[in-house]
Amino acid sequence: MAVGTQRKAIGELRLVDLRRTYDDFVAVDGINLDIPPSSFFALLGPSGCGKTTTLRMVAGLEEPSSGRIFLGADDITNTRAYQRRVNTVFQSYALFPHLNIVDNVGFGLRQLKVPNWRVKAMEALELVKLADRAKQRPRQLSGGMQQRVALARAIVNEPDILLLDEPLGALDLKLRREMQVELKRIQSEVGITFIHVTHDQEEAMTMADTVAVMRAGSVEQLGSPAELYDNPATAFVANFVGKSNLLPIEVGTVGAGLVKVASHGIELTVDSAQFPDGQTTGLQLGIRPEKLRLITDADATLVNRLPGQITDVSFAGVSTTYLVKMAWGQEMEITQPNDGSARAELGQSVTIGWDPHHCFVVGA
Amino acid sequence: MALVVPGPRPAKRVTVKRKRGAFTPLLLLAPALLWLGVFFVLPTISLASQSLQSGSTSSGYTFTWEFSNYADAVVRYWPQFLRSFGFALLATLITLLLGYPLAWFIAHRSGKFKTILLVLVVAPFFTNFLIRTLAWKIILSNEGLVSTVFRDTGITSLLQMVGLLSTDTLLGSPFAVVAGLAYNFLPFMVLPLYASLERLDLRLVEAASDLYANGWQSFWKVIWPLSLPGVVSGTLLTFIPAAGDYINARLLGNIQTSMIGQVIDGQFLTVMDYPLAAALSFILMGTIIVLVGLYIRSAGTEELV
Repeated sequence: MAVGTQRKAIGELRLVDLRRTYDDFVAVDGINLDIPPSSFFALLGPSGCGKTTTLRMVAGLEEPSSGRIFLGADDITNTRAYQRRVNTVFQSYALFPHLNIVDNVGFGLRQLKVPNWRVKAMEALELVKLADRAKQRPRQLSGGMQQRVALARAIVNEPDILLLDEPLGALDLKLRREMQVELKRIQSEVGITFIHVTHDQEEAMTMADTVAVMRAGSVEQLGSPAELYDNPATAFVANFVGKSNLLPIEVGTVGAGLVKVASHGIELTVDSAQFPDGQTTGLQLGIRPEKLRLITDADATLVNRLPGQITDVSFAGVSTTYLVKMAWGQEMEITQPNDGSARAELGQSVTIGWDPHHCFVVGA
Repeated sequence: MALVVPGPRPAKRVTVKRKRGAFTPLLLLAPALLWLGVFFVLPTISLASQSLQSGSTSSGYTFTWEFSNYADAVVRYWPQFLRSFGFALLATLITLLLGYPLAWFIAHRSGKFKTILLVLVVAPFFTNFLIRTLAWKIILSNEGLVSTVFRDTGITSLLQMVGLLSTDTLLGSPFAVVAGLAYNFLPFMVLPLYASLERLDLRLVEAASDLYANGWQSFWKVIWPLSLPGVVSGTLLTFIPAAGDYINARLLGNIQTSMIGQVIDGQFLTVMDYPLAAALSFILMGTIIVLVGLYIRSAGTEELV
């Protein structure tokens, strides 16, 4: 692998109290992030949460209203986009229509006055498997190919940080999955820090080492995909990253080990380690659909049990998803693997249960 | 129906054969073809024949393959030809320099005032061409503001240095003629430039700055090449009429600034040497066609359009 082999270790990217406001709209509300070098970092959130604005501020295409941006030891807040060793893969690809593919890829290298730019550009095109298209124009390529050209055009410059702004948004599902694998492979080959902006939680989870979930201009939770999934900090994260069944709970005193809580008058058991620090009111208990079990056997040992009636069954091959209506009207979602165990039917009265260690507690 | 395997390139336009409506394209073309045939092709042929005739208005004209008309035209009037193309070129460059930033501003920075500004660009057309040009006589008059400011700031001496002025008087100089031409044809430059800059995707400019190009480099490497179709049509729409113009030279110039349009006008209407006037017209037309052809070819905009 020629691209990126002589890279020296680059410092981390640090965002300090970064803010961006438009008139009276706060797009980014004082973000603090430390992104370690050579990591695959995802900014995940619904549209309008400020993730793209954050990315554009790192790229230098948008000026922060306040706060600082550090790249390693350097404060780059006041530098212009063209002065930053940061490259972007744009959502629209933004390939230059008047240049052929190799000239597009070589654009940054020529600006940097790299003498053998054509050789390097061709190497980058080989990395994305498009060397045979070098002489063609962007509009002669399919969307997926243009996407890969945009990627090659960015990584060929060996930037300190590569920014990806919803780069797979315009691709169909199959191509998107392929490109996810491809991006991950390229990231590990070139070792550049990737910051990936996306609203697709599955994309963020499968690709990133660390995910920052953003909401309304702030980072709601930061962690590895597994941490976010197993221990969401808020109800928003619990619902945005995967699916969750949330039950309001009343809590007495929180001791060590397993504690008793009540939801809709039913006693449930939770591991005290799950509780957010110090909070005892407005809490919700969350259980992932695949952690719930349909208890048809009276001998089951699960301590947490809720009775209900099946209102929907959807069969998806590897698993079946049921909706189970509780006495208070809430519908709980349960996903059961089709591992040979008996399936339930629509309208059937069932009991659902779960392990006290397989749930989480979120604040309001 | 056979199965069609899609090729790598977008499929060529499929011509659907229809029995009805086969004559529709012809019908749509007919009025314009008829108009051009009667009012352009026939007069051009008649003019071509005129340019090769000999005789006079009193004795009548006969067709004699009189090629000496052309030689005569070139020998007697080459300075006017040269001056016309020089003035037109200068006026085109000035309109380009003035029009490009203006078109960029209207296309990308004017916000809700876009329509108003576009109307303002065209607004001079609401006034008669002659009146507009006559107005410049007052604008450039000796006691006028422009003359005073030019004299006081030394622009007058600068213009004298580059040969656009011979005296302190602005009127009756190459400067006045070029200024009039640039003013009169500015909208023809701004509108095509606007159309092409408005289409330009600003995200490409962002991409260029992301790829280490500063403002100036982004302009030359991305904005300028992508705006070439507008530049080419704008310069042609300015240069061609400016080269044949005779109003500006007559009203704002003097005997030393006469352009070929004035000569043709004089030969046709005053001297009434029709063959010579026709030959002059053809030389002007031919030269412009050759220049434009070379220009379009060197601009290489075919694949951008």
